[in-house]
Amino acid sequence: MIVRKNDRVVVLGITGKQGTFWTEKMIAYGTNVVAGVNPKRAGETHVGVPIFADTAEAVAKTDSEVAVMFIPPPMAKEAAVSAAQAGIKLLVVLTEHIPAQDVMAMHAAAAKHGTRIVGPNTAGLVTPGECFVGIMPAFVPSVFKAGRVGVISRSGSLGTLVCLNLTRAGIGQSAFIGIGGDPMLGTTTRDALEALDRDPKTRAVVMVGEIGGTLEEDAAEYAATMKKPVVAFIAGAASPPGKRMGHAGAIVIGDRGSYASKRKALEKAGVTVLDTPSGVGEALKARLGARQHA
Amino acid sequence: MNFEEYAAKSLVLTPAGVPVPRGTLCISAAEAAMAAANIGPCVVKAQVPAGKRGKAGGIKLAAGPDEAKAVASQILGMRIGDYTVERLLVEEQAEIAREFYAAVLHDVAARKPLILFSTDGGMDIEDIAAAKPSAIRRLLVDIDGRPSAADVAAMLRGLHLGEAGEQIAHILDRMYAAFRAHDAELLEINPLSLLEDGRVVALDCKFVLDDAAVYRQPDIAKSGAAVAMTALEARGVAAGLKLIQLDGNVGVLANGAGLTMTTMDVIRHFGGKPANFLEIGGEAYTKSEIALDLVLSNPGVKSLVINFCGAFARTDVMADGVVKAWHKLRPKVPVFFSIHGTGEEEAVKLVRDELGIEPYDFMEDAIQAAVKAAQ
Repeated sequence: MIVRKNDRVVVLGITGKQGTFWTEKMIAYGTNVVAGVNPKRAGETHVGVPIFADTAEAVAKTDSEVAVMFIPPPMAKEAAVSAAQAGIKLLVVLTEHIPAQDVMAMHAAAAKHGTRIVGPNTAGLVTPGECFVGIMPAFVPSVFKAGRVGVISRSGSLGTLVCLNLTRAGIGQSAFIGIGGDPMLGTTTRDALEALDRDPKTRAVVMVGEIGGTLEEDAAEYAATMKKPVVAFIAGAASPPGKRMGHAGAIVIGDRGSYASKRKALEKAGVTVLDTPSGVGEALKARLGARQHA
Repeated sequence: MNFEEYAAKSLVLTPAGVPVPRGTLCISAAEAAMAAANIGPCVVKAQVPAGKRGKAGGIKLAAGPDEAKAVASQILGMRIGDYTVERLLVEEQAEIAREFYAAVLHDVAARKPLILFSTDGGMDIEDIAAAKPSAIRRLLVDIDGRPSAADVAAMLRGLHLGEAGEQIAHILDRMYAAFRAHDAELLEINPLSLLEDGRVVALDCKFVLDDAAVYRQPDIAKSGAAVAMTALEARGVAAGLKLIQLDGNVGVLANGAGLTMTTMDVIRHFGGKPANFLEIGGEAYTKSEIALDLVLSNPGVKSLVINFCGAFARTDVMADGVVKAWHKLRPKVPVFFSIHGTGEEEAVKLVRDELGIEPYDFMEDAIQAAVKAAQ
């Protein structure tokens, strides 16, 4: 789930307003966008990209392996299932508010065809200096800078803030992995942590979590086994329990999903947990420095 | 979206073929008396989308019309949780032999539907899980298929259900069909009761409709229970924005759920209290004009943080909306900005030129200043 500049990307829903805006941004940044899909405009080109009738044709003609969806919720299931059937290896689902039973069907199709889904409701993936897939401000130089720290975030806006703080502290990023704000995700915090642990360019990880679910608790189990240092910020300490805080996944029911439960699990695993996002640079420097001395 | 018991039974269970007691929905004590005259010995049940109705005194037995009228008068108008009781379900009394638990819900970790059944019913599933985990059986279902008769039989094997077993298997199958047909997030029957006459009947039912699927369940959604909310929160809903009013005095306007929660956290970190949760992330980022109006309409607000970190949400578009609203509303409380990400140059320039305010470079500094100004 770390995207590379040679990855061949197909944009589903390329001709819409957002599809157009972000495809232009992706191409300008260096993403290898080789195809777009819109059944009504097959054969045309749009923002310089050839358009195909469906994902299967786009894959057959352009050998694309990565797909990103700018598709509204009612059509999202069909688009995702078709992409999985077409042999897409990595499917980035930006769409928010997809009915949960449709999301289950998307995951079932992905499992059957060997597709990795990132999302739903993700802001996407960024490899600073190479390319990005999604709706992140990779092209804003104050936010992203190439380097060696991997960032995992459920939230696009908060992930952006954390990358901004890293860049301001002089720390570049090896990869940003937006996993999404939905409760049922194709790629979990733990999956992303494992990928960054294996990535030779990454030497430390920042985990940006939030209340709700058990993603951070599950990831903590893996973090305990890692040699690379992990620093985390968990949003939602001041959120009232029992209310859904914007993201469908961000709700505390009883103790499950609570800030306290996540912080405890992460600290027990040796993860540095920050009180506010501004200290991320210092905390990383301290952890990396300590390791060098160790 | 939550539903009251009567709606869950009449819109979901009955059409699916799950047996429920005979009952009538009533909105007055006189109607409850009439219903009792038809039904005989009955149960009068408060209809609110909240749990613990029995403990709150919202469920009472009545032998006949006079008693039904008396208990209905007690229950109507009662507060249960965040709700005032305005409707009653008057149902025939049941001679209960055994109480079970049955539900179909989302297994978030498995990303599949999950059927739950327990031989112990009538209490919360969390309590059953804690007290007697061996009583609970689980069956994960492939979303593209349905539970086979053999799967259900295997799930129930060894539970000594006797003649009720066949009826329960049928009910679980029907519940799953209803769960799929109506985009349920949760369909729960608790208790599912074996009566003295041998019938298995749903005595209570909870149905939660997936909020993301409301658009394709219009017939059912119009019977959804009202959500308890403040007048300001209702204005937020009308504008298509998620607003939660809190008891603090530092107003929050940010984009994205994660950044908004973080803004609240940092307010608390510096000793302040947030006045609201309100985010204009995702497609809603174009609604900053109405959002500023909403935040400033909260009488508790003494200062305001506007914190934008644009990814998909373009900060130039959000700042433009804020500037427009600002010229109309003329905020009387101090406002502190922090703006970064997509469109930040244009956004910072707009706020600087149009409002004469210099955004803070660090979000923490903007928030700290807002907390201080609110004290």
